[in-house]
Amino acid sequence: MILTDITETLNFANVTSAIDNLLEQTWGLPSWAATTIECVLVGVGLLLVYALLALFYILYERKICAYIQCRVGPVRVGPWGLLQSFADMFKILIKELIDLKNVDKFLFALAPYLVIIASMMAFAVLPWGRGLQIIDFNIGIFFLVAVSSIGVLGILLAGWSSANKFTLIGAMRSGAQMVSYELSIGLSVLTMVCLSGTMSITGIVEGQNRLWYLFQGHIPAIIAFVIYLIAATAETNRGPFDLPEAESELTAGYHTEYSGIHFGFFYLAEYLNLFVVSGVASLLFLGGWQPLHIPGWEGFNDVMNHVPSIVWFLIKCFVISYIIIWFKWTFPRLRIDSLLKLEWKYLLPINLFNLVLMAMIIFCGWTL
Amino acid sequence: MTSLGIFGAENGVMALVALLTGAGLVFLALWIAGLISPKSYNRQKGEPYECGIPTRGESMSQFKVGYYLFAILFLMFDVETVFLYPWAVKMRAWGADGLLAIAIFFAIIVLGLVYAWRKGALEWK
Repeated sequence: MILTDITETLNFANVTSAIDNLLEQTWGLPSWAATTIECVLVGVGLLLVYALLALFYILYERKICAYIQCRVGPVRVGPWGLLQSFADMFKILIKELIDLKNVDKFLFALAPYLVIIASMMAFAVLPWGRGLQIIDFNIGIFFLVAVSSIGVLGILLAGWSSANKFTLIGAMRSGAQMVSYELSIGLSVLTMVCLSGTMSITGIVEGQNRLWYLFQGHIPAIIAFVIYLIAATAETNRGPFDLPEAESELTAGYHTEYSGIHFGFFYLAEYLNLFVVSGVASLLFLGGWQPLHIPGWEGFNDVMNHVPSIVWFLIKCFVISYIIIWFKWTFPRLRIDSLLKLEWKYLLPINLFNLVLMAMIIFCGWTL
Repeated sequence: MTSLGIFGAENGVMALVALLTGAGLVFLALWIAGLISPKSYNRQKGEPYECGIPTRGESMSQFKVGYYLFAILFLMFDVETVFLYPWAVKMRAWGADGLLAIAIFFAIIVLGLVYAWRKGALEWK
């Protein structure tokens, strides 16, 4: 009994319906006004979480990279350098925005909008906890894959409109890389959609009530998880796939010509995309906000249920992000030909085979 | 089953809110930066940054056609993947008929990949 009470109080839908009641019944606002206020609340909340999370992720990466390289990382600003990212953000805000001579002004200004909007919309789809999900389409995961691919457009535009040879090469590399690896992401998501039988994000999370899909799906799910991690690393343009912005060859790649906060947007979106891909991985493979359940261990499962769902989601995201950051500081950068070979000659055939295997397992009821 | 977003609002409305929030973030930050950042003019600042030496030739130059080839390949495979999604959702309901139909479609995808591979389209030259 205690268990159900706890999960009820941790349901965020109660909070939203309480706010809804307060606005409509207690204050007697008409429903359009209440909806507008709620939209503004969601927007402000989204903005705050987006910015704070990006700042946290910058610090998170710097700390992990420091420990991997036997350093201590940022320690001066605030305890454990917690305020370092804030200081950096204010510093980047007061930097000059340089007017360039040859750029295509409209496209140059448009590119950061596309990059940020793509990551913001993908971010809004993630299920943060029980009842804490902003957009819940019944084709949720498809919507997520679709909006996150808008980011490529922003990067291509940024590189092309800058009128700089390095940005052009960086953008082209980035485009080729991101569209190639998007195929792998699409196919491994498809494999998991086969298993879940629904594209709704709520449906996918509910389906992992007893056991996470990583364990439910046998070998194909594990293969899909590994492929997803590799493709997600490439998709976020992070090392060892960071050749679009390989400093030693291309200065800074597609965002060389952007200065001040203009550059900051690309930086922000890059870290947010890291969170988004970790969020999708935890949603598809590790049960989203569902607690860790082991069949048969009733006591253990009960204890796990007492941890709030948002904590579960964040822990899973941070663990997966840790792995992706770990890749960056461990492996050397790939060449463009080996990068494309890895995708088209290895990951894509394996992925197609994996899809057949998953279909067979579901269809014939095979257990491996 | 129709599912609704947060506050029981329409999903499309919430997607629009997310879109406007993203646009608002960029707009606000640029506005603030425009207010508090310094401005100074120098003719050299407007030049493209390429190694620090004066730029030679046209900047928006021609580039390798290989990228274009991979974009075409991507388009082909991605659209085919999109067609597989409805089947993945309805797989259990459609049963053997659906499996047969999708097996033929899937064979075409694999043939496409084999063809591109044999033609050498996957090589980076």
